[in-house]
Amino acid sequence: MAGDPQATDAGRPAKYAGAIDCDLHPALPGMGVLLPYLDDYWREMVSVRALDRLNLGLTSYPQNAPLSCRPDWKLERDQKPGSSLEAMQVHVLDRYQPRFGILNCLYGAQVMHSEDMAAVLCRATNDWICDAWLSRDPRLRASIVIAAHNTELAVAEIERRADDLRFVQVLMLVSGEVTLGRRQLWPIYRLAEKLGLPIGVHAGSAYRYAPTAVGWPSYYVEDYVSQSAAFENQLQSMISEGVFAKFPDLKVVAIESGLTWLSGFVWRADKTWKGVRAEVPWVTRTPSEIVRDHVRFTVQPVDAPDEAEAILRLIEHLNSDELFLFSTDYPHWQFDGDHVLPDGLSGALFCKITSENALTTYPRLAKADRTMEISV
Amino acid sequence: MSIVELERGRAAEAKLRVIDCDIHPAMTSWTEVHPYLARQWIEHLSVYGSHLRHAFSEALTHPRMSPDAARVDAYPEEGGPPGSSLELMRTQHLDANGVEIGMLIPLRWNPGSQRNLDFGVALTQAMNSWQVERWVKNEPRLRASILVAQEDTTASVAEIDARAGDPSFTQILVLPRTDEPLGRRRYWPIFEAAVRNDLPIAIHVGGTNGHPSTGGGWPSYYMEEHHAVAQTMQAVLTSLVFEGVFERLPKLRVVIMEGGLGWIPSLSARMDKHWLRLRSEVPHLKRPPSEYVRDQVWFTTQPMEEPGRAAHLMDLFDRIGCDRLLFSTDYPHWDFDDPRHAFKAPLSEAQRDQLLYRNAQAFYGSR
Repeated sequence: MAGDPQATDAGRPAKYAGAIDCDLHPALPGMGVLLPYLDDYWREMVSVRALDRLNLGLTSYPQNAPLSCRPDWKLERDQKPGSSLEAMQVHVLDRYQPRFGILNCLYGAQVMHSEDMAAVLCRATNDWICDAWLSRDPRLRASIVIAAHNTELAVAEIERRADDLRFVQVLMLVSGEVTLGRRQLWPIYRLAEKLGLPIGVHAGSAYRYAPTAVGWPSYYVEDYVSQSAAFENQLQSMISEGVFAKFPDLKVVAIESGLTWLSGFVWRADKTWKGVRAEVPWVTRTPSEIVRDHVRFTVQPVDAPDEAEAILRLIEHLNSDELFLFSTDYPHWQFDGDHVLPDGLSGALFCKITSENALTTYPRLAKADRTMEISV
Repeated sequence: MSIVELERGRAAEAKLRVIDCDIHPAMTSWTEVHPYLARQWIEHLSVYGSHLRHAFSEALTHPRMSPDAARVDAYPEEGGPPGSSLELMRTQHLDANGVEIGMLIPLRWNPGSQRNLDFGVALTQAMNSWQVERWVKNEPRLRASILVAQEDTTASVAEIDARAGDPSFTQILVLPRTDEPLGRRRYWPIFEAAVRNDLPIAIHVGGTNGHPSTGGGWPSYYMEEHHAVAQTMQAVLTSLVFEGVFERLPKLRVVIMEGGLGWIPSLSARMDKHWLRLRSEVPHLKRPPSEYVRDQVWFTTQPMEEPGRAAHLMDLFDRIGCDRLLFSTDYPHWDFDDPRHAFKAPLSEAQRDQLLYRNAQAFYGSR
């Protein structure tokens, strides 16, 4: 679309019709909703141990912190932000009319130390997402929630969802028990590649370790700021260990990473690789090439005072306009009004970010998209 | 004429004037510190050695890609590790590269990370004396750094106060992998001592604290460990900002060494953005985080970023602030930056002089 005018009306909700929202957060109102999906043993455990009284909200997203919910997206009677489909429809799905919205459920099931309890709660969470969300709005898609610290159980959960094409991705937290390139995780990547499921890596920590190499910060804002560094570390891990050499069709989506750290990352990673590549002979291409081929990034938040300028600068530094995926990060408070994207992007780039890039990232969305076109 | 000869010819024409903010001196033998260590600690060192929070008593957790992480041409003929011969340092580096002033950054033993605090303190005292007697007194171009064992704040402050009057020392040196993030309250007396004595705090890559080098666990490879240095520095800077160290001590000046440069604008923007959202948690901050960084933090240049295009490098310098960059070589380490070739960008003579010399001259002042 050469000569296409700039999309200067990015603050108009209708502008986003047909977009693909790659980061929506449905919240579990409480463990009670999972009871129907548990077997007798676990139902008894929940009852005996009063597990359903536990609030398994993550330390990475304190429920009432300003970042965790935009003020005008708050729900009545202290309901958890993001726990109402009707509200999500009013705030996002009907307002912006995306073609698809991908649900990334952030819940304590992913981080329970007990591998059994973690796996069983993840499984129930996925069941609940099917019934309470996917089956009630045809625009919704979801990520498969797994307990990544037990590879065998994680693989079993992915297999369980394999035939449900509404699950389009596997979800992991950026900071878990081991760095994400480690080979014990490879069966997850092997299966994801086979099934056409990208690995969605979302900000957040299981807090197995201090969030930084210098220990535990005092403030939540420091924890949140440190998430972008965690993405840098994990990309370097996946590249160094050879994940992308081993699984050439695997895609990774960095969700809520902050984005602008990417320039410094590829410069440093390329230079370091040139110096020490003999240590990792399976890494035969520059990290920047590997990132371009395998890694995608959602565009909320964009850590910059001028977001349009920042996105254009990143495109120039990374030499690609195919890396960025539209997201509202609902109900997290990353933008105000209807400016999900900044003004100042060309119409062609706007299209790439809002939908084209997601269709090439998520094979299952592309398939559904084609099916919809045929049925029309 | 080969390309190499062409570059040499041009470099010889341009007279180099350099302040090198990162030179690593080494000991030919550890007995060199004996004169400065009490008998008790000499024996302790021979019997127990370093006692750190990692798996190997004598080796780094991630073996480097070259012995001593050094340039292969930096081994003295008379033996000893790279950086241990003043004569070779002179001919190979100070004379050859126009270094008029060089800042010593001794790294041996990680004194600030020693679990035995008294031992760590004794090592810092000995290494501070060693820097003066072995190096600065024999080579007027060199300057020493006051090493402190930061986990013992009282002893650190005493050491700073004891050394500050000696013009051999230009700064206070802390390695970033401290027991807690460096902005935490327990370390404030060190920063107050720095301000009181008008000495900057230098934070050079290093230290070991038992925390994995990433928030998601231990890396397998040196390629990751080397990269993680940049994220470690981000965490240190984030801590200093949000704890309010700069707000409370507006005269404090910090120089971050060998942490890379590419992350500075994005981290500043990230801190600003999320501070706006979460500022009620940190009411002691009166200004956007990026302003504290811009006013009170400097960065050494090695390892220089090498984006594919010169314009990207110039843009990066502009966004950090050209006046905040202090040239460093990291001699004698493998990733040494040559002042002739480190900046892959068309700098004017004035810009080159600013980066190689004048910024450090202004930063360190009369020292």
